[in-house]
Amino acid sequence: MGLGLLSNTLVLLGKELRTELRSRELLTTTVIFILLVMVLFSFTFDPSSSEARRFGAGLLWLAFLFAASLMLQPCFLREQTNDTLSALRLAVSDPFAILLAKLAANTLFLLATELLMLPVFAVLYNVPVFPVFGQLLLVFFLGSLGVSVAGTALSAISAQARMRELLLPLLLLPLLTPVLVASTQVTAGLLDVQPFVQWKGVGFLAVFDLVFLTALWLFGEYLLEE
Amino acid sequence: MTPTDPAGIRFTHIEKRYGGLFALRRVSLEIAAGECVALAGRNGSGKTTLLRIAAQLVRPSSGDVRFTRANGQSIDGARPRTGYVAHATMVYDDLTAEENLVLFARLQGSAAPAALAERLLSEVGLRERRASLVRTFSRGMRQRVAIARALLQQPQILLLDEPGTGLDAEGLLWLAGTLRELRDAGCTVLMSLHGESEISALATRGVRLDAGSLVADTRDGAELHAIFALAGA
Repeated sequence: MGLGLLSNTLVLLGKELRTELRSRELLTTTVIFILLVMVLFSFTFDPSSSEARRFGAGLLWLAFLFAASLMLQPCFLREQTNDTLSALRLAVSDPFAILLAKLAANTLFLLATELLMLPVFAVLYNVPVFPVFGQLLLVFFLGSLGVSVAGTALSAISAQARMRELLLPLLLLPLLTPVLVASTQVTAGLLDVQPFVQWKGVGFLAVFDLVFLTALWLFGEYLLEE
Repeated sequence: MTPTDPAGIRFTHIEKRYGGLFALRRVSLEIAAGECVALAGRNGSGKTTLLRIAAQLVRPSSGDVRFTRANGQSIDGARPRTGYVAHATMVYDDLTAEENLVLFARLQGSAAPAALAERLLSEVGLRERRASLVRTFSRGMRQRVAIARALLQQPQILLLDEPGTGLDAEGLLWLAGTLRELRDAGCTVLMSLHGESEISALATRGVRLDAGSLVADTRDGAELHAIFALAGA
């Protein structure tokens, strides 16, 4: 990674964090969405602790995935408002910096939302999560990175298309099925009465992230073109 | 504001199609380093597309764009420093004027982004409002920020798409003065304009597009007037 790419990525990441902390648009939407799903599910099914251990992981990751699709939608649409994407393309030495900064910001926002919602899940569903917090953090990170890397690429594509609001979830959800399955399985193992780490699932998530990150690096420039 | 190494642009048989619609039809145009060229033409004649192709924001469907040195030789490798003012302001509404300029100065590798931003905001008359969010600005003030952004890296090539949009009489005079300085310092200027103004008077060459084709190209003063008279009609 060149110094120019790293420096541009950090500058752009700073911009993403500053604008989000100023507006709190994405974080508020996703936190409220996940909270609603968890509360509604809890009241509707009133699961026992053992049921929650079995279904909790799936519920968490479905909520995370739908929240992520809400978060990823405006990622590049924001740049179209004043054609700031063109200004960025003219300013940076490597356009991959734009995608990398968006990816880092999306991963951070998603991870922050997940960590914020984890204690709520633990309380509502009576599932202890803190003994396996470190392992959960690893799965959340790998899963969120997978969601963000694919989502950032698709957000860049869909922002320039007609029916863009419909296009992103239509493309994103099938593509992320493997991430959802692997993340859910690993999380379910961690929420078990006798927690265990499914290293096969962790490895799959790491490979998925690596493959999509490489694809983003190779084809990123074309994603940003008009 | 002196560009250290003037650069020109050579368009060769440029075509741009959007589906079945031709935005540009085999446009060939050589703009020498240091020239100040005004693009005229009706709405939809292809001016903006040509400017975006010059900025390398849009890839032509066919044809070739090259940047040239003062001696006419092609520049290989890095693109010359290019400033671009578009229809949209290309700045962030949720950042202050100063934050916007510092952001783009940092991305362009400026050694002293804060000082550069402050100097340019003073030049465009927005020093007092530098800490205000751009969303609170009028159209004219946003245009001033947009012009300041385009001037950040002492451009060798300046591409302007109707740069007078939203500017008041004082703003137009300031812009004309700034462009004159840049032109005299050797900066190549390609600008699309509607009608005659203080800014069109700076052009040393006029090019007219019609339905994507280049239909007139002149350096003659009287013909330049005619081109702008047609464009403003």
